Amino acid sequence: MFETIFIGLSVGSILLLVALGLTITYGTMGVINMAHGELVMVGAYTAVMVRIHFDLNIFYAIPAAFLMAALIGLIIERLVVRNLYGRLLDTLLATWGVGILVQQAVRLEFGLTFFDVHIEGLGVGLQRVDVPDILRETIQVGDIVIQPYRTFIIFLTVALVVLTWVLLYRTPFGTQVRAIMRNPDIAAACGIDVKRVNALTFAYGSGLAGVAGVMISGFKTVSPSMGTPMVVDGFMVVVVGGVGSLLGSVVSAGFLGQLNGIFATLSNDILARAIVFGAVILIIAWRPSGLFNFRGR
Amino acid sequence: MKKLTRRDFVKKSAIAGGAIASPYFFSSSIALAAAELEVGVLFSLTGGLSIIEKSLSDATLMAIAEINAKGGVLGKQIKPILEDGASDAKTYNEKANKLVIQDRVPTVFGSYTSASRKAVLPVFEKRKNLYFYPTYYEGFECSKNVVYTGAVPNQQLSNYIPWIIKNLNKKKFFIVGSNYIYPREMAKVCKILVEQAGAEWVADEYLELGHSEWGAMVKKIKDSGCDAVLSNVVGDSVVAFYREFGNQGLKHDKLPICATVTSEIEIAAMGAQYASGSFTSFPYFQAIDTDANQSFVERYRKFVNDPKAVTHHALESSYFQVFLWAQAVEKAGEATPAAIREAVKGQEFDAPNGHVKIEPENLHVWLTPRIAQWDSMGQGVIIDEYPAPIIPLPYVAYGETASNLFCKEGGLDTSKL
Repeated sequence: MFETIFIGLSVGSILLLVALGLTITYGTMGVINMAHGELVMVGAYTAVMVRIHFDLNIFYAIPAAFLMAALIGLIIERLVVRNLYGRLLDTLLATWGVGILVQQAVRLEFGLTFFDVHIEGLGVGLQRVDVPDILRETIQVGDIVIQPYRTFIIFLTVALVVLTWVLLYRTPFGTQVRAIMRNPDIAAACGIDVKRVNALTFAYGSGLAGVAGVMISGFKTVSPSMGTPMVVDGFMVVVVGGVGSLLGSVVSAGFLGQLNGIFATLSNDILARAIVFGAVILIIAWRPSGLFNFRGR
Repeated sequence: MKKLTRRDFVKKSAIAGGAIASPYFFSSSIALAAAELEVGVLFSLTGGLSIIEKSLSDATLMAIAEINAKGGVLGKQIKPILEDGASDAKTYNEKANKLVIQDRVPTVFGSYTSASRKAVLPVFEKRKNLYFYPTYYEGFECSKNVVYTGAVPNQQLSNYIPWIIKNLNKKKFFIVGSNYIYPREMAKVCKILVEQAGAEWVADEYLELGHSEWGAMVKKIKDSGCDAVLSNVVGDSVVAFYREFGNQGLKHDKLPICATVTSEIEIAAMGAQYASGSFTSFPYFQAIDTDANQSFVERYRKFVNDPKAVTHHALESSYFQVFLWAQAVEKAGEATPAAIREAVKGQEFDAPNGHVKIEPENLHVWLTPRIAQWDSMGQGVIIDEYPAPIIPLPYVAYGETASNLFCKEGGLDTSKL
C-alpha cells in the first residue's frame, strides 16, 4: 500500500516538475510554449555535458541546467515570444518551430557536424546521466524500501513549488508578475516595466524546465527528441489544474499521479494511462477552466 | 529566304544541342553501367530509430566498400543507393518503391523494425525483387523475396531458457515485454520452452513501446515471487526498466534479468552498472574473442571514425549479409533478383560471429546461439555457446521443428499452423 502511494507520489512529482515551468509561462503569461519539452531536453543535455566535460554529478547539474535553460528561455523570449504576447495561437506555432530548431541544434551539434567537428555529449546518439551512488542505494526501514532518487525528486519538487510560491506571492517581483497577468496595460500604466518582468518570468519558467530535465535524465535516456512527449503531459496538468493557478497544478499533478500509480499497480500501465486521459476529459468537460481558476486578463 | 520562326529556331537548336550532348551522355552512362552494379540501402537515417539504424546502414556500406576494394562482384564495383526510411513505415514503402521501380536495383538491404519490413514486403513480392533483412525478429514469415539474416526466436531462446533453469537453478519466470508483435511472439516461445523444461511462468506483462515510467511494473515483479525475469523489452524502455530495477533495490545476482533484446547499445545508454550481472542471448556480441571479430570491430570503428563505437548483433548481420549476397551474385553470374535468390540458397560465409549459412528451404540463416553476462564495463562475457550453428525455425512458436519445417522452398505449408 505504501509503495503504491509512493509510486503515485513520484509520478505526480515528475509531472509537476515538468508542469511547473508551464504553469508560469502558459498560466501567468499566456504563452503556449511548445518548446518547453526542448528546454527539458536542454536541461538533460546540460547534465550530460557537465558529467562528461567537468566530471560533476547531478547536484551540480541542477543549478547549471537551470541557468542554461533560463538563458535559452531568455533568448527565445527576446527573439520570438516578445512580439507575440496576446496572440495565443501564434505563440503555439512559433514556439513549436523554435522547439524543432533547438532539437536540430543539439542533433547537428550546432551545425559543426557539417565541418566534421564533434562535441562529445551532443549529436544524434543516446546519452546518459549517472545517478550518484548516494541516491542509488535503497534504504530499508522495516518492511518499507525507500528509493532515495525518487524521494529526492519529491523533495526537490516541493522545494521548487515553495520557491515559486514565495517568488510569486511574497516578493515585489511576484506582485508585478501577478499585476501583468491580470492586466498588462494597467500594470504598465502603473509604472511596471512589463517587457523586463515578462522576460525574467519566461526565463524563470524555462529554468524550471531545465531542472526537470536533469531529474528525468536519471530515469531515461537522453536524446534530442526526449522532450517532445513531455509537453503533452505538462499541458494536461496545467489545464486540469486551472490555467494560472499554482495550487491547481499541484493538486492536479498529485491527483493524476495517484490515479496512474493505483491503476498501474492494480492492472497495468497501459490501462492506467487510458484512465488518466479519461479522467482529464471528464474534468475538463465538468469544469472547462480547470479545478482552480480565477478570472485572468 | 524563309524567315526563321521562333518555333523553328527552338526545334532546330534542340536537335543540334541533343546531337552534341547525346554522344557524351550515352557513352558515359554505358561506361557507368559496365563498371557499377547498383544496390539499394534503406535504413532510417533520421527520426527516433536513426540511432540504431544509422549503424546498420554504416555496416552495410562498410561491407560494400570492402567488397569493392577487392574488385567488386562480376568485375563491377557495387554502388549503394542510399535512402532514408525516416523511422516511418509509410516512408519505407515509398522509398522501396523508388529503389525497385525507378532505380531498378536487383536487391535492397534494409529495415530494422518488423513494422518497416512488413511495410516494404508487398513491394518486393509484387515486383519479384529481393530484400535482405538483418535484424533478429519474431519469425512467422515465409517470403520468397526476403533473405532473413538475423536470429529467429529459436536461435535466441532454445538454448537460453533450459540454460537458465539448469545452470542458474531458476523455477519461476516473470515475462515482461514491450507491447507489440515481437515481444508477444517471443513470450509465446518462452512459455513453451519454460513449460517443456518443467518450470513455470508467473506473469506475462507488457508496457507501451517507449514507456519510461517503470515504477509500478518493477513493484509487480518484486511482489510476484518470481526468481528470474525474462525481458523482451525493446528500445528506449530498456534503459528506464534496468534503471528502475536497480533503483528499487533488486539485484541481478538474486533476481537476474535475462533479456533477448538488450544489446551493447542499450547497455552503453543506461550505464554499465545497472546491467552488470544480467544476461542476454544473441548470436553475436562485441566481446566475441576471435581475431576475425576483433578485426571487424576495429575496421568498423575506423570506418565510422569513432573509436568508441559499439557493434551489436543486427549490425554484424547487416555486414555479413552483403558478403552472402556478393557470393550469390558471383555464383549466379548475373545480377537479377531471381538468379540471386536461387544462388543465395546454401551460401556460406565466415562472419565475425562464426560460420553462417543460408538455409535453402526458408532463406533464414544458421546462427550460433550465445549467452553473455554483462560485466561492469558494459561488455558481455560469453558464458555459454552452442558448438555449432543451429537451424533457423521461424515458426517454432507453432510447433515447427528441424525435421518438420513449415516454411519450405515451395512456400508456407498453412495446413501445419
